[in-house]
Order: sequence, then structure tokens, then C-alpha cells
Amino acid sequence: MKYYTEPIQKSPRIPFLVEQLYAKAPEIEADRAVLLTEAYRANEDKPIIMKRALAFRHILENIPITIRERELVVGAATKAPRGCQVFPEYSFEWLESEFDTVATRTADPFYISEDTKRTLHEVYKYWKGKTTSELASFYMSPETHAAIEHNIFTPGNYFYNGIGHLTVQYEKVLKVGYAGIIAEAKEALDRLNPGDADYAVRGTFLRAVIISCGAACDYALRYAELADKQARECSEPIRKRELEVIAANCRRVPMHGATSFYEACQSFWFVQMLLQIESSGHSISPGRFDQYMYPYYKRDLDEGRLTREQAQELMDCVWVKLNDLNKVRDAASAEGFAGYSLFQNLIAGGQDKYGRDVTNDLSFMSITATEHVFLPQPSFSVRVWNGTPHEFLIRAAELTRTGIGFPAYYNDEVIIPALQNRGLSLEDAREYNIIGCVEPQKAGKTDGWHDAAFFNMCRPLELVFSNGEDNGAQVGVATGKLPEFDTFEKFYDAYKTQMNYFISLLVNADNAIDMAHAERCPLPFQSSMVDDCIGRGLSLQEGGAVYNFTGPQGFGIANMADALYAIRKLVYEEKKYTLCQFKAAMDANFGEELDGGYCRKLTEKAVAQLVAEGKHVNEEEIKRIFLSMRSNKASEAEKAEYRRLREDINALPKFGNDIDDVDTFARDIAYTYTKPLQQYKNPRGGTYQAGLYPVSANVPLGAQTGATPDGRLAYTPVADGVSPAAGRDVNGPTAGANSVSRLDHFIASNGTLYNMKFHPTALAGRSGLESFVALVRGYFDQKGSHVQFNVVSRETLRDAQANPEKYRSLVVRVAGYSALFTTLSRSLQDDIIARTEQKGF
Amino acid sequence: MQEMTLAGQTKTVGRDVTVGEVMEEIIRDRPYFRRSGGGVTLSGGEALCQPEFAVALLKSVKNMGINTAIETTGYASKEVIASYLPYLDTVLMDIKHTDGEKHKSFTGRDNAKILENARFIAESGARLVIRTPVIPTFNDTVDEIGAIASFAASLPGVRELHLLPYHRIGTDKYPGLGREYTLPDIRPPSDERMSELLYAVNRTGLKGQIGG
Repeated sequence: MKYYTEPIQKSPRIPFLVEQLYAKAPEIEADRAVLLTEAYRANEDKPIIMKRALAFRHILENIPITIRERELVVGAATKAPRGCQVFPEYSFEWLESEFDTVATRTADPFYISEDTKRTLHEVYKYWKGKTTSELASFYMSPETHAAIEHNIFTPGNYFYNGIGHLTVQYEKVLKVGYAGIIAEAKEALDRLNPGDADYAVRGTFLRAVIISCGAACDYALRYAELADKQARECSEPIRKRELEVIAANCRRVPMHGATSFYEACQSFWFVQMLLQIESSGHSISPGRFDQYMYPYYKRDLDEGRLTREQAQELMDCVWVKLNDLNKVRDAASAEGFAGYSLFQNLIAGGQDKYGRDVTNDLSFMSITATEHVFLPQPSFSVRVWNGTPHEFLIRAAELTRTGIGFPAYYNDEVIIPALQNRGLSLEDAREYNIIGCVEPQKAGKTDGWHDAAFFNMCRPLELVFSNGEDNGAQVGVATGKLPEFDTFEKFYDAYKTQMNYFISLLVNADNAIDMAHAERCPLPFQSSMVDDCIGRGLSLQEGGAVYNFTGPQGFGIANMADALYAIRKLVYEEKKYTLCQFKAAMDANFGEELDGGYCRKLTEKAVAQLVAEGKHVNEEEIKRIFLSMRSNKASEAEKAEYRRLREDINALPKFGNDIDDVDTFARDIAYTYTKPLQQYKNPRGGTYQAGLYPVSANVPLGAQTGATPDGRLAYTPVADGVSPAAGRDVNGPTAGANSVSRLDHFIASNGTLYNMKFHPTALAGRSGLESFVALVRGYFDQKGSHVQFNVVSRETLRDAQANPEKYRSLVVRVAGYSALFTTLSRSLQDDIIARTEQKGF
Repeated sequence: MQEMTLAGQTKTVGRDVTVGEVMEEIIRDRPYFRRSGGGVTLSGGEALCQPEFAVALLKSVKNMGINTAIETTGYASKEVIASYLPYLDTVLMDIKHTDGEKHKSFTGRDNAKILENARFIAESGARLVIRTPVIPTFNDTVDEIGAIASFAASLPGVRELHLLPYHRIGTDKYPGLGREYTLPDIRPPSDERMSELLYAVNRTGLKGQIGG
């Protein structure tokens, strides 16, 4: 394969489009919710899948459409740029209760007009008792409710929202259009025998597919008419011509197959946007854009109908559009997914189904587009394997060096066998792409439920220390009183017992939610583009996909490895302390003051309570409350004793420093989550597979976790992903990478996440790039699965905290995604700064 | 073992190690060496002063399939140098001046042995890279650097010369070691001067570069 590797000039249109997009704060719009509710009311007599299709059609026939100034690829889900629609069929109470705070909250604020509030308030009256979250709640066992209430895990993502987290068959729409898919559904319908036992289910599903795909075609025609109208009214000849071409494009795609690269871009965009009007799921990932777009690019280029510069401009326009989509989440989730991110993961490079490298021009141009647009979407990734061209990785390293946090690097040599181990065929596994943060799957065949929950691995250990009690309630298993654990094995077994118990409840929660989505929100449009829904006559939510998984994430491995290592050493080997001494010290936060940010929040709550009771609270009083929450009530002698224990803990070897003993231990700790999980099944006929990454939930969920035996203070962040705990990997980047590679990345087939952070100077010059590429390659040779980089100095980040106005465009890598630094909450900003910054190689 | 004053406190710098202990550290980075083509470089003090340890270490490193290099002043007997050469892929050798008198007055040593050894190493077939610290008032003129480059270009197989601009990172170390820093007023050479000198190097046909 020959490819063009050089950067291409940026069109002046792109900065204009970006500026237009960010001119105003994002806003909540009510149109979709109103139209959806109208359609449900009008079709109460129909089965749910038909109701969904008719609602989708009603929305697309009536939702306001807009062509933004100077754009080449059109289609917007909201009137205002970066606005968001809402999805009351999943949940709505949280938004209603946050109407007055959503515009001013720290993480991802959204403007909402009084008018919209009133409209949504009316709409919400219909939805009481009809949402997926209410049904899911009904299906969960009482023990599961207790575990969620006590913050052992949170299935919030799919409990409150749509699923998303998939890659559809874009290539199919590009090739045959929705007309082709409708024809396929009609054929399937013709083959049905009215005497079949499942005729009702399959027939209705196929009719719903036909209606949904037809609605998508008609929606594009509305844009064709709007573009025509604007062209007629346009006096500027160049724009007039552009609008005429836009109109022609929208007449052809997505109804028919694309005949040019430009049409392919437009078709892609309609698919991408419409998926996010149908449901509120995020991480709907474009996947291997460089592969399915390539034939259209190649033909246009060969036939002289398109220059590279034009192709680049179109790609840049698509990149901008990916930032036009937005989503409002509840305040707590917004902290866990901070940065307005939709996690639309787009990946370049890698192999085809025959195992040949297929890096092409568009792979390189994807890097250039990310440089040109320089925004958080798409979440840009590259695939790396032994056959990856060196120059591709050097170009990727150049992008890394800009500090945007892209690309994330993925290792074919781990992911392909890991997926095969989960039952994918070799050919399918070779064609994997990444969903959302780090989750691999085969596009167009998978319903992966990749982000099914966050499981805090620290909480079960807390419950070992309390014999399963939490705040006076028996939440976990009564594993025994501390003095009964006379060997480390017994203690470790108690941890495993708690883990196994809560994993079973996690599964109970996810399966309850899964059932609720199948019953209340099957998605016929999405299902029309995933095999083998049409063949089986089943929506994705009912198990229509070829591959079905549920992937909840565990996090806190580094803390648990260091914690259990400390207990084994200090309690059982050196016999320097007892478990009871550990417990006393942890209960007293090792003799230290409580975390300031945490106390600030507690104080705010207490003050709000007092104010609500009609009391006047002055500055003095607030200060007194804060200080009393913060101060440590232990005696000075006790404090000294607890601090001594913490010093002894701190002196022990830690995960992340290439120390075999600790690293092997960490591998085993990860198994306490990954192994039990894989024996469970979901209602779609698939299996569970673990991921080891926290998105940005390590911060808010850390704030729900007391002090841990690794010396971590109460309510401070838990380690992110599979990365070492912040500030504890002190032996340089290669030692850190060696440690992380000792975990079993194959079994965590829903993805692992390793964050590294560099000064820009570490990548200076060609030799810096070469060393960087060698680091990625070296880590991958040792079977790490994923790595990503923040390239920015600590000083820069501190300055950005102090002077946010100067750093509006500063993009940092948060977890599986990048976000604008200044839009993140203060505590998440602090966490990013605290992650060890490597000085160089 | 050396003691020095760091941030007002006396601290022992370095520790005694065996070849086996060093090897344990080195093999940790083998995956990255394999990908970068990098490896192990013995640097200063002067690795030629510890032939027994250094040669044993280099031999072990080579046996692991890892590339080896040494940074040296080249001031040692031919026999000592010859004992290193079989286990070295690259020799990074300082040539500070071609003028014997000036060399002696600044470094305290004559340069005849150094120039001779440079030729000896070049003729042995090892990859030899010449490095020249550019120090204002000592060797920062086009003539002086040009003379070093011409000499380097006359050595068989030598292709590269690195110009290392004088820096002041070590200024604090001298008082810490109770030694006098004898160049307190010297400032690093300007970028313009460095490019002039680089041009003088490239003119001899060598591939010059600024920085190592």
C-alpha cells in the first residue's frame, strides 16, 4: 500500500466553523421530547417497537432543521450549535430536579430557557412510570438496591440513558443506502410465513425498520429543500453553488449509495447524527472511517474529480460536525464523564480481515484533520501492530506532541486474541475498532454494552474491615471479625467473598436494566444497521446482534494491589501491626485532616440544610462548620501512631515501579474482578467481560471511599484505569509501563486504560518522536493493550486553573477521551495535575 | 563513593554495585532498546578508569543483544582501550582542541595521546563519533572548531561530529563537592555562533549536529 504522508494545508473555512460552534454556551432544546410524547400518545395501541419507529418518524418529520453558515456537510440535531435534545423515555426526574442548577453547575453546564423548562415540565407528566429506569429499578433485587445506595458500584450510565456504545455498518449505508436496507427488510418480510409462531415479533420489527429507514431518507430530503431555498436566496455566487451541491447530495444520500467522497461524507454524517436522535446513548463510534471511506476517496482522486486538499477540507468538516452533537447528563454522571464528551471513537490504521496492514492516505489525513480542528471529538485512536508503518506512528507521535491527548494507541497483538477468546472469528477480530473510551468490538455485528457500570474495587475491602456493615446496615457478606483472619489467605479470601457477592449484584443490576431497555426502548433504526437483526427479526435490545456482551468496569487496582501488599507485609510477614490497628488508623484517616474538597461539599450541604430551615448563616458560621468537619478528632498520641503506620505503608514497594513481587500481586488482584465476572450471562444471550478503566469516575467515586490500607486518604481520588496510583510511580516511564504490562490485559477484553503524561520536551525533535514511538512499541511488545498521553507541563495546567480565560482551548486527556481542561471540575483538574508527570526517557 | 552537599545536606551520591546488579536494571528496558535501537552508554566520570568492571559489564550487555556505547575522553593506554573495543558498538569521544598547548593549559593534559587514540579507535572499526564541547574563550572560533573537524574527517570511517554547547547545569555541583568553579563568568554560546560552527564542521564533509 502506498500512501501520502505529508500534512495538508488547512482551509480557512475550518477555523470559521469552529468559532461558530463555540460562540455560545450549549443549550437544552425540547423539540424532540415534545414530538416523541405526541407520537407515543397517538400510538398507545401499538406494540413498543412500532411505537418507537412511528415516534422516530414523527420527530424527523417535524424537528427544526438548520444549515449552519458556510458548512459543507449538513445536518444538526439542534437549532443552536452544540445544543442537546432530551430523552424522557429513559429518565427525566433528575433533569427536572436540576432545572435551576444545570446552567451553573461546575461540570458540563447547559443553558435552559424558562420556556423550555415549562415545556419539558408538561411533557414529563406523561412519562411518570413509563421510563426504562423505573422498570429497571423494579426488576432489581433488594440487595442490589442496597449495594448501589452504598456506592459499591454504579450502573448509572444505562440506568438513566440510552445504551449507544456501538459502531453500525456505515459502509452498508454508503454502498446501498437506506433504500437498499429497506429492500432487504422487505425481502425478509416476504419470506416470513404468517403461520410462523414468531410472525408477530419478526414482522412487526421488520415493518418498524422499514418505517425508520424511510424516515431517515425523508429527513435528508427536508435538508435538500432547505438548501435549495437558501441557494435561491443567496446572492453570493460561491456559497450559492455550494448550497446547490448540498441539496443534490441530500437528494441522493443516505437514501441511495454514495457516488463520490463528498456524498459519502454527507451520508456518514446523517447516519451518525440520526443515531443520536433516536436514542440518548453516547459512544456511538464512527470506527474505521479511513477504511470504509477509502474506496470513495480513491475513485474520486484517480478520476481527477477531487484533490487531496478538497478531501481534507471535507474530512475536517465532518470532524467539526462531530462536535456539534451534545448530551446533558445528571450532575453526578457529568462528573464521571466530564468534558461534554460524546466519546465518538474514530480509529485509523490496523489490519484487514486477512491480516494485512491497511494504513492508507485517509489514516494520515485523519491525523491531519485532528490537528486542523483541534477539538475533543472525534475521540481519535490508532491501531498498532508489528506491521504498522513507522512513518504512521511518527505522524501519530507528532499529534501526541501537540498536547491534544490524541491519539490513543491500541495494540492489535493483544486485542485480536482477546476478542477471539470471547468467541469472535479471527476475521472479525482483525477488523475490530474501539468504542467510546477503550472498548474493542467488531463493528456492525456487536451489541457490546461496553460501559455497563463502574465497580469500585476499594469498597469491598472496606467491608472486609467492617464485617460487611456500612453505616449500620449489613450491605456485604458477614465475612468475620478481624482477629479471626489469622493468615493472609483467610483475609484475602474474605475480600474475594465480598467481591464475588457484589459482582453478582452488579450483574443483577445490569441485567435488570438490559431487560428494561428491551421492553421499553428497542431501537429499530439502530438495529437496521447491525447484523443479524434483520435476519433474526429482532432488535439489538432483544438480542438481534451476532455478538452480545455486557462490559462493566472495575477500577482501583493500583490501590488494592498496594493495599493488600501492605497488609500482607506489615500484618502477616513482619507482624508489625494488627488488622485492628489498620482499621483504627483508617477510620481516623491516618491522623490527617479530611480532604478539603470533600469537606467543602459537606459544608455546602449542611449550610443549604440550615438555610432551608430558615436559619441565617454568616461567613463565620460557615467557616466553623468547615473546620469542624475537617479537623481530626483523634488524640495527638493516636494521630502520631496512625501517621507512623502510614509512613511504614509509604515506605513499602508500590505498583508502577517495575517490582515483580508487587506487580504479580496486582495481576492477581485484577483477577478478583475479571475472573468471576466472565461466568455470567446477559438477557441478550451474551456473556460478561470486564474492563479496567474508570472514565473520570475515579474522582467522584473516590469521594465516596474512606481511607484505604495503601495509605490513600479518605475521599481522595482512586487510581485511574490500570495506571499506578498518582505520584507513586517514581522510577520513570519504562518502569511504569513494565508494571502495567504485567497485568493480564487479555482477560480484561472490554479494555484497559493506561494514562501517561509528558512534558512537551520529552517529544522534542525527531529523536524525541523516535523514543516515544519506541516506548509505545516496547510497552505493546510486552502485551499492554492501550496507552494514551497528556503532553503538557504541570505549570501550564496550574496556570490554566488560575487563568482559565487564557486556556479555553487547552485540551487534556482525561481518561478514554480528551476534554477542554477549563470545563472540568476543580477536583478533576487537580487529579489530572497530580498524575505523575514523566520528565523524559 | 562520593559525598556532596545537596540543598544544604550532606548526601552520599552513587552506590557500589556488581555487574549482576547493574544487569538486572538494564534488562528491564530491553523491550524499549529493541524498538529504539538504543542501548547502554557508559558515561562519565571516565569509564576507561575502571577497566575490570566496565569491560565485564559491556561484555554482559553485548551478550544480551543490547547495543553498547561509551562516552570518553580517550585518555588511557592503548592496551586498556583495546580491552574495551570488542564489546563496543559506538565510541563517543571528546576532542576538545587540536592545539596541544591550549589543551594542556585548560585541561591539564596534553592532547597527543588523545589524538593518537582517536586514530587507533577509528582504525579498529568501531563506530566513532567525535564530540566537542563548545566553550567560549577556549574553542568557540570557526578556526578552532574547523581544525577539530578536519582532524576528525581524516580518521577512517568517522562521519559524525557533535557540537555540545557549553551549559551551566553543573555550576551548583562544584561548591557541593567543595571545589571551585573556575569558569564563573562564561555564558553559553549564542545560537548564531553555534550555527556558524556547525557550518564549519559540515564543510569538511562530516555530518555535524548541535547537541548529542
